[in-house]
Amino acid sequence: MNQEIFERVQKVIVEQLGVDENAVVPEASFTDDFNADSLDLVELVMAFEQEFDVSISEEEAERVRTVADAVRMLTEKVQAGE
Amino acid sequence: MRRRVVITGLGLVTPLGQGKDALWEGLTLPRRVVGPITRFDATGYSTRIAAEVKDFDPTQFMERKDARRAARFIQFAIGATHLALQDAQLAITDANREQVGVLIGSGIGGIDYMDTQVRLLDRHGPDRVSPFLPAMMISDMASGMVSIHFGIKGPNLCAVTACSTGADAIGLATRLIQYGDAEVMLAGGSEAAIEPIGIAGFCAARAMSTRNDDPEHASRPFDAERDGFVMGEGAGVLVLESLEHAQARGARIYAEVLGYGMTADAYHITQPDPEGDGALRAMRKAIHDAGLQPTDIDYINAHGTSTRYNDAKETLAIKRLLGEDAYRVPVSSTKSVTGHLLGAAGAVEAAICVLALQHQTVPPTINYEHHDPECDLDYVPNTARPATLRYVMTNSFGFGGHNSVLVLGQV
Repeated sequence: MNQEIFERVQKVIVEQLGVDENAVVPEASFTDDFNADSLDLVELVMAFEQEFDVSISEEEAERVRTVADAVRMLTEKVQAGE
Repeated sequence: MRRRVVITGLGLVTPLGQGKDALWEGLTLPRRVVGPITRFDATGYSTRIAAEVKDFDPTQFMERKDARRAARFIQFAIGATHLALQDAQLAITDANREQVGVLIGSGIGGIDYMDTQVRLLDRHGPDRVSPFLPAMMISDMASGMVSIHFGIKGPNLCAVTACSTGADAIGLATRLIQYGDAEVMLAGGSEAAIEPIGIAGFCAARAMSTRNDDPEHASRPFDAERDGFVMGEGAGVLVLESLEHAQARGARIYAEVLGYGMTADAYHITQPDPEGDGALRAMRKAIHDAGLQPTDIDYINAHGTSTRYNDAKETLAIKRLLGEDAYRVPVSSTKSVTGHLLGAAGAVEAAICVLALQHQTVPPTINYEHHDPECDLDYVPNTARPATLRYVMTNSFGFGGHNSVLVLGQV
């Protein structure tokens, strides 16, 4: 897992969902562990797009369930040079 | 016989601070809280002054995540509701949550959200607009989020009548209790319109004072040199209960809501009726609803915005109501101290009337210096005044020609 991307993802999640930084571990689930509702998830994806300057489709967003999923997807996008 | 409705709690977030004591102390000292706008850079605006709520931390009242997603008027409403429940020593529990309702209005709603989101739309396109925008811009969301936050499951609705909003919320909530729809109502108004687009609009309407070089003296209702209102922000929430409910739980009872009157001018979108007709009829209706005569009223908390038209026409309406007796009734505008809280004003001013009854003191109209021949009543200039108060009345008038009047009394 790319540590730099993980830390940026962590920062966005802490800011958007108001959770403790220590709770943002790779296996944590947005809905089950962070209590995020559908509107939270839309806003979170928008915040990822802004932070990493990438675009994320609805299908891609739906596949992101955990912190590790987000880091993996964003790492691929950043490396693909989007 | 209709059910009696009493006031048992006051929750306030105003430019004078949090809670009823900060409000009353600020009004009677008095404090001067109008100053340069700090919420955004107001360079280039014809009005660059306001009465802002400073040092308000929403996380004092709600989770960080909820606070971040809530429009400012909703943050104020939740803060004021907390303070009101605390003041009334009323806990929301499984035993009572279905008998408690919420009616907290807002004249303008989440204009802070609109302001930032329209900029994002313009700059980055529709994909950058927040999913919370539809929920946060609508005025009913103060009542909605208060019910969610506290688990309050009775009637839940909103009044939107511009600057009459707060008074209508209290009047309508009173009717709901009288009719039996609820035992307790959390009623009031909340407003947070000191935002670029909010200030720009009222500047264009030429409604606000441009006394930018002397903000502390800009809100000067009934004074000959008044030149417009000063925008304030904040929230007022009152706990209203049926008398039986309040007595059964041994609540401290501040006052009773005795009368409510509402009319329309049917004249102009922003100007009052030239003869004060709508205001006069609303006052008569409220006094009649209270079972009183006009001469029974011991104090009038005026709408008193500090605009040329309002203050002259409201004075005329009071003189038509009372005739020669108008000159012996103290009339004051507390907007001289707080600024004009728009949709929250009527609720904050109802709370001020409760405090006036409690302290047996009339709060002053500050910044009163120059006599205007059109405004010749006793405006309680500059200094609070002890008085024997049994029945008090508060006026609220709104753009659109709404007139709403409440009569409160000692129990």
